[in-house]
Amino acid sequence: MTVNPRFYPLLATIAIFVLAYTVCWIQFPAMLSTRVVGNLLTDNAYLGIVAVGMTVVILSGGIDLSVGSVIAFSGVFIAVVLRETSLHPLAVFVLLLAVTTAFGALMGLIIHSLAMPAFIVTLAGMFLARGAAYMLTIDSVPISDPFYDFIKSSYYLMPGKGRLTVIAGVMLLTVLVGALVAHRTRFGASMFALGGGEQTARLMGVRIGRLTVLIYAFSGFMAGLSGIVFSIYTGSGYPLATVGTELTAIAAVVIGGTILTGGAGYVVGTLFGVLTMGLIQTYIVFDGTLSSWWTKIVIGLLLLLFIVLQKGLLRISSAGQSVRHA
Amino acid sequence: MPLTIRSLSKSFPGAKALDCVDFDLRAGEVHALLGENGAGKSTLIKCLTGAYRRDSGEIMLNGEAISPSSTSEAQALGIGTVYQEVNLLPNLTVAQNLTFGREPRRFGFIDGTAQRAEARRMLSGYGLDIDVGRDLGAYSVAIQQIVAIARAVELSGKVLILDEPTASLDADETRMLFDVVRSLREKGLGIVFVSHFLDQVFELTDRLTVLRNGRKIVTEETARLDRVRLIEHMLGRELSMTEDAARRKTDPNVATRPEVVRFENFGRSGVVEPFDLTVHRGEVIGLAGLLGSGRTETAELMFGVRTAASGEARDETGRIAHANPREAIASGFGFAPEDRKTDGIIAELSIRENIILAMQARRGWAKPIPRAEQDRLAADYIEKLDIRTSGPEKPIGQLSGGNQQKVVLARWLAMNPRFLILDEPTRGIDVGAHAEILNLIRQLTDEGMSLLVISSELDELIAVSNRIVVVRDRRHVAELTGDDIATGPIVRAIAAEAAAQAEKVA
Repeated sequence: MTVNPRFYPLLATIAIFVLAYTVCWIQFPAMLSTRVVGNLLTDNAYLGIVAVGMTVVILSGGIDLSVGSVIAFSGVFIAVVLRETSLHPLAVFVLLLAVTTAFGALMGLIIHSLAMPAFIVTLAGMFLARGAAYMLTIDSVPISDPFYDFIKSSYYLMPGKGRLTVIAGVMLLTVLVGALVAHRTRFGASMFALGGGEQTARLMGVRIGRLTVLIYAFSGFMAGLSGIVFSIYTGSGYPLATVGTELTAIAAVVIGGTILTGGAGYVVGTLFGVLTMGLIQTYIVFDGTLSSWWTKIVIGLLLLLFIVLQKGLLRISSAGQSVRHA
Repeated sequence: MPLTIRSLSKSFPGAKALDCVDFDLRAGEVHALLGENGAGKSTLIKCLTGAYRRDSGEIMLNGEAISPSSTSEAQALGIGTVYQEVNLLPNLTVAQNLTFGREPRRFGFIDGTAQRAEARRMLSGYGLDIDVGRDLGAYSVAIQQIVAIARAVELSGKVLILDEPTASLDADETRMLFDVVRSLREKGLGIVFVSHFLDQVFELTDRLTVLRNGRKIVTEETARLDRVRLIEHMLGRELSMTEDAARRKTDPNVATRPEVVRFENFGRSGVVEPFDLTVHRGEVIGLAGLLGSGRTETAELMFGVRTAASGEARDETGRIAHANPREAIASGFGFAPEDRKTDGIIAELSIRENIILAMQARRGWAKPIPRAEQDRLAADYIEKLDIRTSGPEKPIGQLSGGNQQKVVLARWLAMNPRFLILDEPTRGIDVGAHAEILNLIRQLTDEGMSLLVISSELDELIAVSNRIVVVRDRRHVAELTGDDIATGPIVRAIAAEAAAQAEKVA
């Protein structure tokens, strides 16, 4: 059985991850343990979640630059509300998700109704959310809540003493839900259609306006969820947190094999993109002598590799087509 | 009668696009809709598909009055449309495209297996053996076209409108498409077929309707019309070209005129085998051959779009630099490419800006052409070439195909090249503009310019060429002059390929 060329970028992503892990394992055999895997998932949980939202946006041919700020806003919002009121954290979560989802939906509405590029609208959203976080507080606000302590101390003990934390579980669940939504629903199909070409999508019966609002609302929801997870992970809210996370998420999406111009890619690929980036960091920690900016260099190289790879694949497939034509 | 249109009218500011047009479509017929650009074909189709609202008149589908207000509404009513540019998504799989919007679901999620099965069922009977799980974009335009038809038929199932479906297909692909259309006709569908290719109209259609200036001129059984009558209907005048002696009087001494450029052992393996070609002053060389035979590739090599691996071009003063288009332009070459929309025009720029493009490129960006000079050039060529526009500042994308082509020609004429290459100069433009462009070619050579004309239409080549080079299998195989410039010898030269291939197979 031959492999459908659709899967090439996804397979390339997985292959790179496996290869990288093998290299790490050969050098540091201790890296092949569920402890490392558990930490990899936990440390990158917030990034994985926001990257799922980013994947959906990019697949539809858009971009969402606001998510990093929204994560920071979420952390501050939760911390401040918990400090000032006696609401249960779960109630605060619901409130927060409502706010960030509405924020995303509003950006989607502006993008569609004013026919503005997503880049500029979400750039405005980025400043707005960051500013809103500063309005709530300019300090790092610690979160001390029994519910937080409970979540932080709960985990599933994997064989080999690795801990699958709640937030890692939430991340994996998010990827699963994201993949189902993107690849197994009509909403997902419309989103791919929009990424393939707005005019054609409209002719095929896609309601562009509604879809655009939903896509950015989804990304806003994911950014809010990521903010919750980040606040659990760090145990505080800080308005200067996660600066540039939107770009890291975009990098993860691209390394995950999604084409930046939209219309082709896989949510599962994004998980591997996030894990590959996390793996590089883990390697540097294991090595101990390397400085952490090596992470950035390797990620930069990986991004370049993927851009070249995508162009190469495009060229191969178009060459195949021209042969058929001749 | 599945579709009946009575006294349909539609006006735009300043123009009456449709004036009391009647149109009938029977079940189980292919009905050609013909007319020059601007005759009202596309307006009629847009009224049918809901893209435009009509001003007055009736559209009856199976006896019921309908008034679609959107493409999807028209689709739901039973009118499906397939356009020249496939309106499906190349980044989705064939199955996703076919079932888009009605994907089979299980527990709320799309059932991939059922989706592919459904897609295979929809494609059965179309004679396609393709993997529905692959991206649509991985397949040729012809296959994409058939997938689009399958989708339209499935969604609509009463009336199918094919708007220039064959414009970007080669002969084999067109045949494949026609088989599909015929089988749909047998299933009782009413099919409206819009095409510029009269051959195809005669080959495929049962009846035809001619529109001109927004009015219906005639509806007739295709078999009862001959080509000349049909063209007369379309133009509303006698077509002098067809009645002329088919060929222009050529100067028998053209070969003794000074050489403009001589290509020696010029070629690149895999693109075009090395060839020799001498071009004389004021000469038109026709390049004939099938699609993919190496016609366009020859032009691209000459103009430096692709780099030649061997040989060179010379004139009396020595070697001519044409390793890339910039050098070629500087050496007095011009090239109006085949795919006007992507390679020839910049749709958002105005007519004026499109005309001065090459000239400005030659001067370099540091020396802009004075605005007064630009305006003079634009006005000059709009008048000279009879470009129909409301003004030189109109974006070229809004002009009809024929007028766009004239602007592309104007761009090169403004450069006054010694050697101009025209690749399919009349493709996709209406009969009237067609004749004008052929006349223009003659005029240019009278003024001493040398031309290389590539065309799929032999009549056209015969009409304008001093000499015809036949290309086949990426090789220049024959050069015809004098009385040999006629359909018979050209076809024999092209057809030798089939014989050669048959031998290879045997």
